[in-house]
Amino acid sequence: MESSIKEYEGKLPKKVLNDIRAQAANLPQAKLKKVLELALGEYKKALVCAGESVGLISAESIGEPGTQMTLNTFHFAGVAEMNVTMGLPRIIEILDGMKDINTPMMEIYLKKPYSQGKGIRELALALKETLLGEVASEFSLNLVDMTIDIALDKEKIKDIGMTGTQISTAISKQVKSVTIKDNKEAIAIKMKGKDDSLNDLYKLKEKLKDVHLKGVKGITQVLPVRRGEEYIIITAGSNMNDVLQLDDADVFRTTTNNIFEIEKVLGIEAARQAIINEVYKVIESQGLNVDMRHIMLVADTMCTSGTVKGITRYGVVSEKSSVLARASFETPIKHILNAAMLGEIDELNSVVENVMINQPIPIGTGMPRLVTKIGAGSKK
Amino acid sequence: MAKEAKEMKEGEKDESLMEMGETAKESMKAEEKPETASFGEGSAAEPAAAAGAAAPEETPAKSIEKFEAEQFPQKQVGSIMFSVLSPKMIKDMASAKIVTPELYDKEGYPVDGGLMDIRLGVIDPGLRCKTCGSKLKECIGHFGYIELARPIIHIKFAAMVLNLLKGTCRECGHALIPSVKIKKALEQLDEAEREKGIEARRKKVREVMLSMKAASKCPHCKAKQYKVSLEKPTTYIENEKRISPIEVRTRLEKIPDEDVELFGMKSKFIRPEWMVLTVLPIPPVTMRPSITLESGERSEDDLTHKLGDIVRINQRLFENINAGAPEIIVEDLWDLLQYHVTTFFDNSVAQLPPARHRSGQPLKTITERIKSKEGRIRHNLAGKRTNFSARTVISPDPMIELNEVGVPKIIAMKLTVPERVTEWNMEYLKQFVGRGPEMYPGSNYIVRPDGKKKKITDETKEASLEEIQPGYIVERHLMDGDIAVFNRQPSLHRMSMMSHRVRVLPGKTLRLNPAVCHPYNADFDGDEMNLHIPQTEEARAEAEILMEVQTQLISVRYGLSVIGCVQDAISGNYLLTKSLSEMARHEAVDMLSAIGIEDFGKLPRKEKVHGREVFSVLIPDDFNFKGKTRSGEEVTIKDGKLIEGFMDSANLGEGSGLLLRNLHHKYGKDFTVDLLGKMFRLGIRVLLKTGFSAVISDTDLPENAKLAINEALDKARQEVDALIQLYKDNKLDTFPGKSLEETLELRILEVLNKVRNRTGEIVAEKADKGSHTMVMAKSGARGNLLNLAQMAACVGQQAMRGKRIDKGYEGRTLSHFKKGDLSPEARGFIRNGFKSGLNPFEFFFGAMTGRDSLMDTALRTPKSGYLYRRLANAMQDLKVDYDGSVRDSSGQIIQFSYGEDGIDVSKSENGIINVKRIIEQV
Repeated sequence: MESSIKEYEGKLPKKVLNDIRAQAANLPQAKLKKVLELALGEYKKALVCAGESVGLISAESIGEPGTQMTLNTFHFAGVAEMNVTMGLPRIIEILDGMKDINTPMMEIYLKKPYSQGKGIRELALALKETLLGEVASEFSLNLVDMTIDIALDKEKIKDIGMTGTQISTAISKQVKSVTIKDNKEAIAIKMKGKDDSLNDLYKLKEKLKDVHLKGVKGITQVLPVRRGEEYIIITAGSNMNDVLQLDDADVFRTTTNNIFEIEKVLGIEAARQAIINEVYKVIESQGLNVDMRHIMLVADTMCTSGTVKGITRYGVVSEKSSVLARASFETPIKHILNAAMLGEIDELNSVVENVMINQPIPIGTGMPRLVTKIGAGSKK
Repeated sequence: MAKEAKEMKEGEKDESLMEMGETAKESMKAEEKPETASFGEGSAAEPAAAAGAAAPEETPAKSIEKFEAEQFPQKQVGSIMFSVLSPKMIKDMASAKIVTPELYDKEGYPVDGGLMDIRLGVIDPGLRCKTCGSKLKECIGHFGYIELARPIIHIKFAAMVLNLLKGTCRECGHALIPSVKIKKALEQLDEAEREKGIEARRKKVREVMLSMKAASKCPHCKAKQYKVSLEKPTTYIENEKRISPIEVRTRLEKIPDEDVELFGMKSKFIRPEWMVLTVLPIPPVTMRPSITLESGERSEDDLTHKLGDIVRINQRLFENINAGAPEIIVEDLWDLLQYHVTTFFDNSVAQLPPARHRSGQPLKTITERIKSKEGRIRHNLAGKRTNFSARTVISPDPMIELNEVGVPKIIAMKLTVPERVTEWNMEYLKQFVGRGPEMYPGSNYIVRPDGKKKKITDETKEASLEEIQPGYIVERHLMDGDIAVFNRQPSLHRMSMMSHRVRVLPGKTLRLNPAVCHPYNADFDGDEMNLHIPQTEEARAEAEILMEVQTQLISVRYGLSVIGCVQDAISGNYLLTKSLSEMARHEAVDMLSAIGIEDFGKLPRKEKVHGREVFSVLIPDDFNFKGKTRSGEEVTIKDGKLIEGFMDSANLGEGSGLLLRNLHHKYGKDFTVDLLGKMFRLGIRVLLKTGFSAVISDTDLPENAKLAINEALDKARQEVDALIQLYKDNKLDTFPGKSLEETLELRILEVLNKVRNRTGEIVAEKADKGSHTMVMAKSGARGNLLNLAQMAACVGQQAMRGKRIDKGYEGRTLSHFKKGDLSPEARGFIRNGFKSGLNPFEFFFGAMTGRDSLMDTALRTPKSGYLYRRLANAMQDLKVDYDGSVRDSSGQIIQFSYGEDGIDVSKSENGIINVKRIIEQV
């Protein structure tokens, strides 16, 4: 039976073939043949027509349900899970191609034995970023010596399993041009060289609070949860690059909702898939039904140039070849001026320009051109 | 070449484009592209004929050809080029030199050399244009120009001029990089354009320019360079001294052509010195018409006002210079002229006070005319208006078909369809003319073959009848069966504009079948809709083939039927197939014949028939289907008979279930609309027969149910109290990553939601199952069990942003409660049901969430609207090419195969090829 299915490879899409494999496995050869033949017939009937304005259809298919989505930013999946931006704001965030998203989040899949839940709590806590500001009980400015005295919270240090010395080395690595005096429970810090003003000292204090001590940068919250058969770690905050370098992470499935991180770490194709997944997740969570193909097309338009471009006047729209199409969107004057300087020629290939000058648009029924010889014979 | 381009401009461009061209000072060239080589004997390609539309003289033999050319346009605009107008071009394209700020003489006749000079076009009836000789509306207007006494910086190019001054030598005019590098940079630019398009070139230009500004010595002539800065808006400063525009212009003139390209300009189309104006084009009067007020006074357009200022100051400047006035006066006037010219182009420059009317309202000058939603581009060019359209309130009529629209007679007598007279239909059309415009169905106009329109009145009726012969067009009244396009805003869908068949009906509203409400998102609480009548054969054909309701049945969004039964139609079919097990046969026949069925052969020949058998009459004999109801019970249709289960919204509703999809797949669109109409009417018929109304007693509960509900609520209350106690004693286990307070809130919310669901279950269990409210909820026609529970038992927790209602006062929600009260009722839990009535504070909490959701809707609409606009703009030119790939307008491939498999969603079944169905079929 496999052989007869193989014959249709390339003629039918993979998904259909897989469905047939799964559902028609027990059919006799002749019937299988007939199923395949019928499926091919239906597939051919269901193909898109040339000229179909699929772009606008996709835009409609995503834009129209947008009006039905809630503006509700937060969403609880289960009792203890984290807040995630959902609904319309999330869609806007993704399609805008925003670099800083509201609620970055990672799902870290783990290798055994952690995926079985063993020691997952400790592992999770080790991921969480700890800053100096969190373990210090007090930062005080010593105006006489122009130093900053940091009193450390003993218990908290114990919790994260670090010693005072380790902390001071961490500080010395990250903050340059200071001298550090370590007295076990307190650390005194003095700025090197010049007599500095109080203002600088104050700035230094703020900087010290952000000294990274432990864990993965950017991960602010960790939460081990059970997902189906295994345990994973969900984090608030995202740092794909560093997490993928952890020994215990399953690099094949670990993911983030920050599309730009994915683009940077895994490349444009992965970013495209991430856009599709994220948009689909939102639409599905709102109980709406939008076909995958529309989302794919949007993701593809965002990614064709090789980098992720948002659907904004600075992104996808600015890449259009037609001057008038760009001008009809936003900031028309700017576009016309720039075009004038380069002597740009608008070839009138797309939709709006032709609407503007009252000509048929080259899409759908306007696409085919008819070549006739009316009257050529009769007149001569 | 330039001359020819100019000719084209006058012949081809419309007013608004002209205006645009003026702002950016770009010239447009409409290259005539003959559509087909042989169309019209190639004469179309000749320049002389190309200018034909405006050409005044023509031979008689050509007049027929001209008429044909008007009827069947053979030419189209091939491309539009943008560039900057040179002073020579401005003078060449001008038909008058403007010298005086006066507009009219004492007789009210436009002054020669004034701003309203009739060489610039006519806006008064009766006058003829001195340039082209045409009358009002025929003459599209002509440019003029004025000679500026001193050069003026063009505000829109101020930043560009600064770049040029900074990047070139003040002595020799060369770019401030060594000649070797110039060549290399140019190559880089060309390469960027070749590889990534014009936008990449612009980016590269910015990089190159950045590298130039630092030089302090010219690498060509070794002259020392100073720092140039722009004091906004239009003053250039070097060495703390002002560079006068004259000096600026001479410096720009010195820049060689090759170096110009480094600054992102193509020297073929633009010379830097053109950005400092010496002559100013005067736009034609047709784009700044004056209006005559009732008092007979003329009120001039904003642009005319501004131009008047410019001309006046310019004259004064000339006079002062010639009279040898002191430098300081000249400078002052020069600055004033600069101000006027700047505000003429853009009246919202940040550093300048906007020029105002006497009333204090800012003038609308060129930039404001083009910009924004109300500007020329988005308002007039991308948005068009139509004739032959109607708009009124809509109302429902289930007795017309889904693809029909009921049109009131009054409207049908105003909207017309043009029909061409031939030998064969002459008598038929004469009847319409004979009946005139007052009698339905009559006609309003006849159109002569030369395009002259003649109104039919009772007086001219006879003459028109005589006159008519083949070749004429009769504009007859709208009649049953005509094609019309029906639309409701907001048009978010392609299903928001579908074409229907006209059905002329009495009354004054547009009627539509309630089943098509869903795609339009219409209801009948005062909604209005628009109707358009296509006027050409092509338009009618497209409307019929592409837009008619039956062609839109399957959604392109998700591949299921967008049209289904709604509301009463679902309740009716639910009752019919579920509970009407014994119906007298004659009653069934009554019902079926009322919905338009004539063949009762399928109805079993027995005294009493089951509702399922009645429903089965609608379904074709060879149809098989297996599905599920809303509650998960099996539905089986075998050989066209419903043998198991019943109909509800899961199978009949829009956007759900495969029943309608499969019917469409097997029997086609026309059959399906027809069937949908019949099903709908059947549902309504059933309700008409059985009677159907929702009453308050539907929410009555038996005594034991009330007790059970109270018990559940009390128990929940106790649980919450226990949680609060735990929290106060600090014994509550926190959830990971949550604070103590958050944990408490979550736990309470969980308990309260659970109890509300519990009351829902009790209500669902104990309430009268046969009640009509319950039928509606169960069939999915309207409402759900939760709504019923809210009415009968308990409204439940009011949540805002996923939390219980927060403190509005210090430490409490309302002054009813003690500070720090965390109990359910103090935080928005509504224990009562709607029937028993709410406490004042419960009501207030309900109002709070109600307002919140109102705000949500109000804020969401513009946001999602903007997202939609951006999506549509970014993706509108993507199409499937002949090879199956998705490409944009420049031919760039977006997808190699649409959606990776090339399947059209509207031809699929919920996005897939249904293998399961095929297997069952085999």
